[in-house]
Amino acid sequence: MTIEELDQIAESVHAENAKFDHEINVCMGTGCLSQHSDKLRDELTNVVAASGKKAFVRRTGCMGLCAAGPLVLVDPEETLYQHVNAAHAEAVVASLGGEPIAALQCNLREHFDQQVHVVLENSGHIDPEKIDDYIARDGYQALVKALTEMSPNEVIQQITESGLRGRGGGGYPTGLKWGTVAKASGDLKYVICNGDEGDPGAFMDRSVLESDPQRVLEGMCIAAYAVGASKGYVYVRAEYPLAVARLTNCLRDARRRGLLGNNICNTPFSFDVEIRLGAGAFVCGEETALIASIEGKRGTPKPRPPYPAVSGLWGKPTLINNVETFANIAPIIRKGGKWFACMGSERSKGTKVFALTGKITNTGLVEVPMGISLRQIIEGIGGGVPDGHTFKAVQTGGPSGGCLPTELLDIGVSYDALLKVGAMMGSGGMIVMDDTSCMVNVARFFIEFCMTESCGKCIPCRAGTAQMHTLLTRICAGHGTMADLDLLVDLCGTIKETSLCGLGQTAPNPVLSTLKYFKNEYIDHIVHKRCAAGVCNIEAPSAVEPPPTTTASLEVLA
Amino acid sequence: MSPAADVKTLVIDGHEVSARAGQTILEVAREHNIDIPTLCHLDGLSDVGACRLCVVEIKGVNKLLPACVTTVFEGMEVTTVTERLTKHRKTILELLFAERNHICSVCVSNGHCELQTLGQQQGVTHVGLPYRNPELPVDASHERFTLDHNRCILCTRCVRVCAEIEGAHVWDVMGRGIDSMIISDLNEPWGESSCTRCGKCVQVCPTGALFDKSKIGSDHPKYPDFLPYLKQMREAQ
Repeated sequence: MTIEELDQIAESVHAENAKFDHEINVCMGTGCLSQHSDKLRDELTNVVAASGKKAFVRRTGCMGLCAAGPLVLVDPEETLYQHVNAAHAEAVVASLGGEPIAALQCNLREHFDQQVHVVLENSGHIDPEKIDDYIARDGYQALVKALTEMSPNEVIQQITESGLRGRGGGGYPTGLKWGTVAKASGDLKYVICNGDEGDPGAFMDRSVLESDPQRVLEGMCIAAYAVGASKGYVYVRAEYPLAVARLTNCLRDARRRGLLGNNICNTPFSFDVEIRLGAGAFVCGEETALIASIEGKRGTPKPRPPYPAVSGLWGKPTLINNVETFANIAPIIRKGGKWFACMGSERSKGTKVFALTGKITNTGLVEVPMGISLRQIIEGIGGGVPDGHTFKAVQTGGPSGGCLPTELLDIGVSYDALLKVGAMMGSGGMIVMDDTSCMVNVARFFIEFCMTESCGKCIPCRAGTAQMHTLLTRICAGHGTMADLDLLVDLCGTIKETSLCGLGQTAPNPVLSTLKYFKNEYIDHIVHKRCAAGVCNIEAPSAVEPPPTTTASLEVLA
Repeated sequence: MSPAADVKTLVIDGHEVSARAGQTILEVAREHNIDIPTLCHLDGLSDVGACRLCVVEIKGVNKLLPACVTTVFEGMEVTTVTERLTKHRKTILELLFAERNHICSVCVSNGHCELQTLGQQQGVTHVGLPYRNPELPVDASHERFTLDHNRCILCTRCVRVCAEIEGAHVWDVMGRGIDSMIISDLNEPWGESSCTRCGKCVQVCPTGALFDKSKIGSDHPKYPDFLPYLKQMREAQ
């Protein structure tokens, strides 16, 4: 495969598309599929055939605005229809070339205009199961360019120059990681794509894999070339069947096109990728646990160092990056590291995909430049809190992150700014909460998540999260004491500082951040025995005889 | 690399010590009679860094690092006892005491228990955390030994000694988080498992979770010291 051949494929796709006056793009991501967008597509195909109009119905990936699904985008007019079902098919086809259907039209300009799509540039525009669609939108240009015009060092240089940082949550500089793996000695090296997205309310990686799998694969191939790896794995949750199916399809097509396998693009570079399914353990998103899982072992983390870059999968140097990180690679190679570094804030470059969920009008996937304020994301792009309720908090970074109050909405989203206020970027989940949420209960929910997802290997995380859950449950029930609160803070300190892996080290964050910004709610529960949001079921104070905190003495030890 | 370069000098608790490259902080500290508390570590077995009792402070490193798996580097300055470390160690021990049912007075290992000893050493006089009091089974199906899950601290020494030294891999861990349990084979009764009846797991168990039936009601010291010798002899062959 050469650049010319890629151009030829692109041309043939464009020529094929030019035969049609209209393109009807139907979102077939998981969100819209759950509302039967597959039936809608079939109906549209039938109606178009019957009408004799020169229109083409295309299956696409996520268009972002999941709350308004199923979505249909009519090109070249760029008319977006929301809440479309099979019954609307006749009307949609009839309106082609004429006035758009006002009742179905989605006019959320401010939602889309403030976004910058890099990772999602193809989502909603290409058929994720057709490699040629991807090639027609500059797909694999970057890989061919890297293989034929650049040395591995030059590739790493571009990535370093771009300032890209790991999108899985940690924010480790990607160029530095690649450089370390490239320098590690070993005849066999691996590249792993971490698609074990497990944060509650996060679906960025799923959408990227469902909407544009080739982009992730291209990123992996470039990474493999840069670090000298010959074998790759995509570790993806079994709970994402559509992503797995599209990925399987993507690997097969790439092999057929000679973009994966031996001597890619007639160069000495050979690389192949296999899919490994995660069995549903959150902790397997941690890199050493993920590696153990691929090796067929129990998914528990190992102490680092040694880092996977030195000794990873089967003891070999291993590069492990998140789905979104790999999805950023191709555009960086294509347009240069400097182009990428122009976007974003000083220390967090580029764009970030967020999954907006919770009490927000425009639930869905958004991609924004780093440094944009939380307020712009929530009130501008997200459309604010619906149903006349007031905003209370936003939870970023999943169970490892923190809850931020209204006063902090003006901070810009970047790795460092979020860490500074006790939250974290995480993989990009953003859960909005309004006045109907009780922050103590929210903290309890996240601790319960960490408790059940703890692997059980190290004591602070295994027993500590369980103890925190007991204490929080007690407080939620109105049985808590101020001593319990002190105990909770003490436990947070020990768990944070002594746990083996990131899961335990960050598990106390939801408690610490709610204690920092919503301490009055804890006091309300403990002292006044009331839950302002009305979530916790607290009995009338008179009926409650708070049990004393258990302070048993160890007679034998004393 | 020249032999001279293989020697690292470092400072542990103010003492200047030397070490071979690749040695862990724990190894070096013990060689110099500096005691760092451990539970999951055992000489002769691989290290998993799970109990977190051996965490130490290293100058210039923000995080606390486990001494059992952290290798030394030139000029390293290690502190093994500080107020912060002692507080964490006590909390970790409290978490263990409150996690399952550790009632020393009626335990077969009373007086020979590493958890009990550490509790005394670190000054754990009270447990401020709520006791979880789980109802856990006791597996007495084996003709010689008993497994009492109530006393188990999931250090996985039994798992490692069975897999690494005996080569039988009878023991493993099932479940997740607070529900984790030690199991024999695929969660079958110990007595019906592929156990070779060697008893190594009983000797390495730091608490009264694994014990010899013949020792019930009597003194039950354990002798895990055979391990380094056994390993040395095997490696010499």
